[in-house]
Amino acid sequence: MNLIEIRHLRKDYATHKAVDDISFVIPKGSIFGLLGPNGAGKTTLLRMITGIFYPDSGDILFNGRPFDPHTDIHSIGYMPEERGLYKKMKVGEQALYLAQLKGMSERDAKARIKYWFDKFEINSWYNKKVEELSKGMQQKVQFISTVMHNPDLLILDEPFSGLDPINANLIKQEIFDLSKNGTTIIFSTHRMEQVEEICDRIVLVNQGKKLLDGEVKQIKQDFKQHLYRVGFGVMPNFAQVATYHFSIVNTEPLAYTVKLSEGSTTNDILAHFINHNIPITSFHEILPSINEVFIQQVTSITGHAPQSATANEPAVASSNS
Amino acid sequence: MNKIWLIIKREFITRVKKRTFLIVTLMVPLFFAAMIVVPILIATNTKEEKRIAVIDDSHLFNNRFPDDKGVYYKYLVNTNIDTFQHKYADYGYAGLLYIPELDIDRPAGITYYSNAQPGLSVESKLTRRVNDLIEEERLKKANIDAAQLKAVKSDITIDFQTGEEGRKGSAAVAYGVGYASGFIIYIILMFFGMSVMRGVMEEKVSRIAEVMISSVKPFQLMMGKIIGIAAVGLLQFLIWVALIICVQLILPLFISTDAVSAMNEGNTMMQSGSSAAMIEAMEKIQFIMGSINWTAVISCFVFYFLGGYLFYSALFAAVGSLVNEDPTDAQALTFPITLPIIIGIMVMVSSVQNPSGNVAFWGSIIPFTSPMVMMARIPYGVPGTVSYWELALSMSLLIIGFLFTTWMAGKIYRTGILMYGKKITWKEALKWVTRKS
Repeated sequence: MNLIEIRHLRKDYATHKAVDDISFVIPKGSIFGLLGPNGAGKTTLLRMITGIFYPDSGDILFNGRPFDPHTDIHSIGYMPEERGLYKKMKVGEQALYLAQLKGMSERDAKARIKYWFDKFEINSWYNKKVEELSKGMQQKVQFISTVMHNPDLLILDEPFSGLDPINANLIKQEIFDLSKNGTTIIFSTHRMEQVEEICDRIVLVNQGKKLLDGEVKQIKQDFKQHLYRVGFGVMPNFAQVATYHFSIVNTEPLAYTVKLSEGSTTNDILAHFINHNIPITSFHEILPSINEVFIQQVTSITGHAPQSATANEPAVASSNS
Repeated sequence: MNKIWLIIKREFITRVKKRTFLIVTLMVPLFFAAMIVVPILIATNTKEEKRIAVIDDSHLFNNRFPDDKGVYYKYLVNTNIDTFQHKYADYGYAGLLYIPELDIDRPAGITYYSNAQPGLSVESKLTRRVNDLIEEERLKKANIDAAQLKAVKSDITIDFQTGEEGRKGSAAVAYGVGYASGFIIYIILMFFGMSVMRGVMEEKVSRIAEVMISSVKPFQLMMGKIIGIAAVGLLQFLIWVALIICVQLILPLFISTDAVSAMNEGNTMMQSGSSAAMIEAMEKIQFIMGSINWTAVISCFVFYFLGGYLFYSALFAAVGSLVNEDPTDAQALTFPITLPIIIGIMVMVSSVQNPSGNVAFWGSIIPFTSPMVMMARIPYGVPGTVSYWELALSMSLLIIGFLFTTWMAGKIYRTGILMYGKKITWKEALKWVTRKS
């Protein structure tokens, strides 16, 4: 069962195509990575999924039905990249206000606030003004107000930016816990190492177009270079590595990284070293990191590496109303 | 609907809870009260007794100086002016009036000596007293009966009535009320308009806007803020009206009991004198109150206050959504909005002097200026000066006007509020309005 199905979604801005015919599905309960360089169209895509923008064409299905911003918005928690809180408002009142705007009753909201404030051990902040909190503390409050109404779909746009490693870890743990309890999570970022650690599935977009999507494991398999790392007790000498089964890509102390030749098998590699009586201490496959796949895909399309620091994409588009 | 209510509530409560709300709400009426009360108090402050010595070498005025409010004349005989001139202060006199031997046809040399400036009222009183007495002497000399002359003199006041109901009118009162209400509307448009703009800017700059937009429609967010701030303004207005009514109910009680007790106890002249002046002032105020159709003025005021506010605050909200971090952007962007308001106050000032002129008519019809200009005209009388159809036309145009500005601002707002890091011009923003969604 897919929570979200996106079919041929398009959104044009005055100057460029922000989202150009993108389709993908997000299975219920998965942690889904939305990846792409800055300006790829991630934020526009998320704004359409959260009902802030109407697509120019294409469909969004939510729980199998056409997405209806009026009702489905209550099942979504969205933490945008450009996020903030009312600085002069008290932390507790703010959380209550945002929860009520998501359709919760005052009583339910208060109970949930208590639950989350207890969990994060921030009960003493309840009557503090937001401006009195540090940036990291504000991020915690922001996260709580995003998840307080138990959304079916949680959308986090660069959730770890501005967080120290301890708080980042805390939020990461919460993401896993929520996922375990059935929440579907969309995780938008350009930080690839986090994606590999957290996501089950990804979609990779660049310049408004989808480059690829699928399960993280499968993508790694699809893009593997047939590289293996072999560890030795004694380093083989030069003559002992002459074979058509593999070529040496990298040499380390007591280890080689080798590329398997076409038509050969991993057992041919092992047999080769065993035949030369070289003690093998380890053998494992090297899969490409998502980062490598990402860079390879983006550069192969555009012909150059993605720009890393472009300004936020202009949001010249109409939203629903 | 529930969400917009939540937004209104938040906007209202955060503002009313602020200390500045209390201060402004209490300071403004205090300021106005001070402007009215202080001159009356100064005018009627006769606590200070003044004794003036009179030396009359002409012997024409023998004790014929009646005492004024707080001014007592002491007629000194057998006193030498040359010596007493330097000593009157030691005897406790505020001044010394010296009347030399006079030729009644050519009086000259009447002198008033004092250390301090005598003040305008003492000066005019003394002059009047002396002139009255000289006139009286001259009448006697010319054999004219003073009573006869008095009977000939005319002293009537013209009764100015305006409107069909024959309401007693006073142009000066209408001018004052018209000017004040027009000016208050101007202040409201500027003050609350800026307040809306700052609120929107705060949401955009603090980046709460996108979080909010994921829960509510941009239009709800904008209208919630506009209505919330309007409620703050209305509350303030109601508090002021209540305060004015309280003062009106309480003030006469104090004054009349004062006056009554003063008379009963046969108290000194000066106390009842001051009460009399107060009663006079109160009567004047009551006359002013009676000469204006207050129901029309207050209900129109509320309408034009809300209409004008809605008309302009939506535009201010649109500007707020266009501004980025740089506050100088705001100044350039607000200019096209503050300009018609400033033109409005200028037209208002000229209209209040000539409420039936062409400028006043058009100014009170066009929604950009009508809240201010119409309020300047209404105290002159409905339907006397402002006919019913004019009022109806002006009001409907204002309603159409604010529906239009709100629609336009909504289109600009929902795009502008999500646009970061880019300088936006009005030209660009107006393109968003015409673009179909």
